[in-house]
Amino acid sequence: MTDLNTLTIADARDKLRAGEVTSVELTESCLTAIESAGKLNAFVHNTPEIALEQAKAADARNGADAPAMNGVPVGIKDLFCTKGVASQAASAILDGFKPEYESTVSGKLFDNGAVMLGKLNMDEFAMGSSNETSTYGNVVNPWKVDDRDLTPGGSSGGSAAAVAADLCLAATGTDTGGSIRQPAAFTGITGIKPTYGRCSRWGIVAFASSLDQAGPMTKDVRDAAIMLEAMCGFDPKDSTSADLAVPNFEAMLTGDIRGKKIGIPKEYRMDGMPADIEKLWADGQDMLKDAGAQIVDISLPHTKYALPAYYVIAPAEASSNLARYDGVRFGRRAKLDAGDGITEMYEKTRAEGFGPEVQRRIMVGTYVLSAGFYDAYFNRARKVRTLIKRDFETVFNDGIDAILTPATPSAAFGLGEDLDPVQMYLNDVFTVTVNLAGLPGISIPTGADAKGLPLGLQLIGRPWEEGELLNSAYALEQAAGFVAKPAKWW
Amino acid sequence: MSIDTETARKVAKLARIKVEDDALPALAAEFSNILGFIEQLNEVDVDGVEPMTSVTPQRLYRRDDVVTDGDQPEQVLKNAPDAREGFFAVPKVVE
Repeated sequence: MTDLNTLTIADARDKLRAGEVTSVELTESCLTAIESAGKLNAFVHNTPEIALEQAKAADARNGADAPAMNGVPVGIKDLFCTKGVASQAASAILDGFKPEYESTVSGKLFDNGAVMLGKLNMDEFAMGSSNETSTYGNVVNPWKVDDRDLTPGGSSGGSAAAVAADLCLAATGTDTGGSIRQPAAFTGITGIKPTYGRCSRWGIVAFASSLDQAGPMTKDVRDAAIMLEAMCGFDPKDSTSADLAVPNFEAMLTGDIRGKKIGIPKEYRMDGMPADIEKLWADGQDMLKDAGAQIVDISLPHTKYALPAYYVIAPAEASSNLARYDGVRFGRRAKLDAGDGITEMYEKTRAEGFGPEVQRRIMVGTYVLSAGFYDAYFNRARKVRTLIKRDFETVFNDGIDAILTPATPSAAFGLGEDLDPVQMYLNDVFTVTVNLAGLPGISIPTGADAKGLPLGLQLIGRPWEEGELLNSAYALEQAAGFVAKPAKWW
Repeated sequence: MSIDTETARKVAKLARIKVEDDALPALAAEFSNILGFIEQLNEVDVDGVEPMTSVTPQRLYRRDDVVTDGDQPEQVLKNAPDAREGFFAVPKVVE
C-alpha cells in the first residue's frame, strides 16, 4: 500500500468514504513524515494532539455525506490565527502570541472536517520570496540537484515544501504579490490565488490589505478545486469579502477547453529570460492549442510598472498595518532601561522584534506616505494600479478567457545567495500584476529545467471565474503530465 | 532620488523603529536603491487617471449598527506583555 501521506485530497476522501482508511491512520502517517523532516524546517509549531483529536472526530463523522475535507490532514501557514496555537507570522515580535480566536478560513476548513497537523514556516509577515526572513530560520526546498540547499520560494515556503515532501496532503497559503504561486512553482506543486474578496481575510495577519488573499497549495488541480471551495465564501467579518455563491469547483473540471481563447502577453517576454523558461512557456502554448484552445497574442502595456507600483503600495499598507505591533497588546515588549518612556518602548520593541526586511518595508512605506511624498509616490502608484487593472479588463472584454505566462523568471535558487532587495523583488515580476488587478491566478508544474528542477506556468483568469480557470489549469496539467517528486534526502 | 542619513533618521523616527547612528548610512543607501527602482513610475502618463481605492467594483459590506461582540476582557488581555487590574500597562506617560 502507498504511504498514506503521499495521497491527494481526492484519493484520501474516496478511501475514507469507502472505509479503506481512517483519518487517524492518515494523520499518523503525516505526523511520522513530519518527525523525520526536521531538516526541511517546514513545520514550526506541531500540533499532534489537536490533529489526533480532530482525526478521531472526523472518523466518527465519516460517511457518504461527510464534507469533502473530512479527515484530511493539512498544514496551516503561520500567518493564520489559530485558536490557542502559536500564530507568529514567523516574527519574533509575536513571540508567545496564542490567539483567542480562529481565522475564518482555518475555521471553515475545520468545520469541513480538515485536520491540522501544525503551523508552517514562512517569510516574516509574508515579506520575502525565498523564506529567508523567518524568525524560525530558512525552509529548505525538498528538491535538490547538487550539494546546495535550495529555496522553496516565499512567502509560503513552508507550505510549499511540506506539500512537495508529502508531510501533509495540502496546506494553506497566502498571496500578496506571488507568495502562493512562486513557491508552488519552485517546488513542483499547484497553488491558486483566488479573486480578491473570495476568501475572508479575517484572522489572517495583515500585510497589505488591498492585495492579500488566502488560497490552497496542493498536489494537483483537483485538490486545489476541492480545498478552495472549503476555504472561500462570504464573511460578514471582512468588509471586502464578496457576497457571492461559491460554485462546486471540482464539478467544473471537465478538461474541455475547446474554443477557449488563451492570451499570450508580449510584455512578459523579458530580456534575458532563461531558455528553459522560454521553452516551458512555448510548450504550454502548444499543449493548450492541442487541447483545442485558441492562442492569441495580447498586450498588457503597463506590465513593466507593476513591480515598482507594488513596492509603493504594499509597503505603504504594511507600515499602517504593522503599527499595531507596539509592545502593548500582544507579542513581545523589549526590556526597558531605567527612565525609558513609552516612545523608547515602541522604538526598542519594534527594532528588536522586526527583522531587517520587515523594518525596511515599514520604513519605505512610512516614507512614501509622509507629508510631501504622498502624491508623488503613493497616489501615483495607485493611479498606475488603475491602469494595470484596465489592461486586463481590455483583453478580457476582447474575449480572452485566460492568460498564460511563466510563474517565475527562474527555477529555485540557492539559499544564502544574498540578493539585494530589488533583485529579490524581481521574483514576483510575473505574479504581482495579478494581485494589483485583484484577479485569480494559478501556478501549475508543467516541466523541469536542464538540471531537473520543477518549473511552473501561470494561468490568469477573469474575476470570480475560478472554476473556469481551474478547468483550464486541469487541461494543462493533463497535457503536461508532470508527476516528478523530489527524491527523499532529508 | 538619493536619501541622506538625516532623512533616514527621520523616517525611522516616524516608524518608531530604533536605528543606531552607525546603521543610518547603510539604511539610507538601501532606501535610495529601492526608491530608484520606484522612480520608473514617473515615466507613466497618469493624467486624468483616478487612483484606485478598491480593486473590486463592489460596495463595502455594511452591517447593522449593533453590538455583536465584546464583554471578554480576559481574552483581550490574555496576550498582553503586561496587564494589570483589567488594563494594559505601559511605562509612565505623564509626570
